[in-house]
Amino acid sequence: MRFLWGKLVHLSLVVVAVTALTFLMLDHVPADIASEVAGQGATSEDIAAVRERLGLNDPLPVRYGRWIAAAVRGDLGNSFASGQPVVEAIRSHLPVTVELIVLAQLFALLLAIPAGVVTAWRAGSPLDRTLGTVAFGFASLPAFALAIGLILVFALRLKWLPATGYTPLTGGIAANLKGFLLPALSIALVEWVPLMRVLRGDMISTLKEDFILLARCKGLPTRQILIGHALRPSCFTLVTVFGMQAASLIGGAVLIELIFSLPGIGRLLVTGIFAQDYPVVQGCVLLIAMAYVGMNFLVDVCYGLLDPRVLKGGR
Amino acid sequence: MTAAFDRHLLVAEDISVHIPSGGGTVRAVDRVSLSLERGKTLALVGESGSGKSMLCRAILGIPPGRAATRGRIIFGERDLAQLPEKELNAIRGREIGVVLQNPMSSLNPVLKVGWQIAEPMLRHLGISLLKARERAVELLGAVGIPRPAERVDCYPHQLSGGMRQRVAIAIALACDPQLLIADEPTTALDVTVQAEILNLLGRLQMERRMAMILVSHDLGVVAGRAHETAVMYAGRIVEQAPTVILFDQMRMRYTRALFDSIPRLDAPSGQPLASIGGQLPDLAAELQGCRFAPRCRRAEDRCFAEEPPLVADGLEDHRFACWFPCEPGISVTPPGPLLPKRIMS
Repeated sequence: MRFLWGKLVHLSLVVVAVTALTFLMLDHVPADIASEVAGQGATSEDIAAVRERLGLNDPLPVRYGRWIAAAVRGDLGNSFASGQPVVEAIRSHLPVTVELIVLAQLFALLLAIPAGVVTAWRAGSPLDRTLGTVAFGFASLPAFALAIGLILVFALRLKWLPATGYTPLTGGIAANLKGFLLPALSIALVEWVPLMRVLRGDMISTLKEDFILLARCKGLPTRQILIGHALRPSCFTLVTVFGMQAASLIGGAVLIELIFSLPGIGRLLVTGIFAQDYPVVQGCVLLIAMAYVGMNFLVDVCYGLLDPRVLKGGR
Repeated sequence: MTAAFDRHLLVAEDISVHIPSGGGTVRAVDRVSLSLERGKTLALVGESGSGKSMLCRAILGIPPGRAATRGRIIFGERDLAQLPEKELNAIRGREIGVVLQNPMSSLNPVLKVGWQIAEPMLRHLGISLLKARERAVELLGAVGIPRPAERVDCYPHQLSGGMRQRVAIAIALACDPQLLIADEPTTALDVTVQAEILNLLGRLQMERRMAMILVSHDLGVVAGRAHETAVMYAGRIVEQAPTVILFDQMRMRYTRALFDSIPRLDAPSGQPLASIGGQLPDLAAELQGCRFAPRCRRAEDRCFAEEPPLVADGLEDHRFACWFPCEPGISVTPPGPLLPKRIMS
């Protein structure tokens, strides 16, 4: 357990560093937030008043300290643009992004694991080469291009699924899932490729291990050897890449969210940036940093689940 | 013929293992024949690369990579070389148990040892999970692991090398096989543990009336433990005899050289360790004559031109392949300290 506590401390330091850096960079953006907030035609007294109200006159360390002190209490300030508390905005956008990530990564795994296992088992065969080429093709496509292709085929031509739009879970699970299917698939069809690649590579070296030979000597069928003996020790890189992908999608699925009109975190962040709505941006950055840190933590936990020797090493 | 097959558990004829490689086909095993009676031990001895392990893998039907096996492997009444993979899988682990060289890498690091022992039983014997676990505990006890009921839930890394090899033996014995193939079972272990493991194997073999193929690079390991010994060199068997006879009179010069290279405690101090100069021939090349000739001090022109056949000279069951064999009657004593006498007594 100490292994995990050490990780937690380490990771919270990372969160502080990332948010401080963001604060510093936003401070150097050559735009005057106060005049934006005060609106057109505001007098310099108005602007000064706004600046005073937003606390912009205080030195940077003071402002950061105030922000992080509030953040620890769960208060990320209010949006300059709408006045809505940033926590509220995140709370309403986060479920959309989380559902998108979960579904996308689930589809990616469903593609990557069988493909990785089979191509490792039959490395160098025509099947391996064919799947490799197909994967390469998908990896070379940007997700938004895939998204447009999927919309053309499944929404406009076949009319199976809606092209855009988001139905909250309260509107029924089926309708909700229908809206997520195409965006999740557009992401998954790109993301499965690196997952499959690393799994194939690790699996090929695992299959050379003595314990695989011994498993064959036991008379176990191939399927059981691949799934029961070779897969788990081959999952380390897979889990690592999976974690990085999932974390990067928190703020990184902007294009997909925009194309499919999903009100997710990516969209919140980009809108905030264009509106120079710094509390929103800062809040999103904090969320993204925490997502990375959290995923990293989960990945480490997974290492322990994958291989009992990891936990022993930490003690 | 039927009588012979009754007595013989395994009869392998003309086995070759050819491995395609960049520099041509490597003949890792070249036209090797051997037979093994029920309940007896056959030792395969030779230096690294002589084809011992490849021969075992050929018998098991698990040649490495894209290697091709030729020959007949009669096990019981079936020719293993002709069996489809599915039927072979029903024999491997059930009728043939295997112990590999390095217990540090031959056990799956992420699975509990109890599960690894239970697996072949679940697969072949169709018993319940609970029953398999019970038997796994029994087996751990039988291979001399203290507190087996606790150790059954250990992961391999929680056990020492010797303990792991005991677990590997328990896995091999799980389905009460008729044949145990032990491929260098003690090479990776501490010297202090080696004799223990070898004695354990010998005891279990007698208790369970298993036949055993004991692979080793060390003639000292084999003495007193195997009924029959076959010496391999460069993919061929070069001398084969009942172990007692072999040690009584080594005829093939490679066997002799191999024997002389065992360090002995009774040798005068300061005497340099004996070694065999040169190295194994390139098995991907066309080989002519005796394969040991380039390293043999006694080699003459004939040795380089003609391959000596593996034939008996006088004693019927002592066969060797050498044009200029050592004189019969030069008796050698097995090196003492490493050898608790067991079968001999």
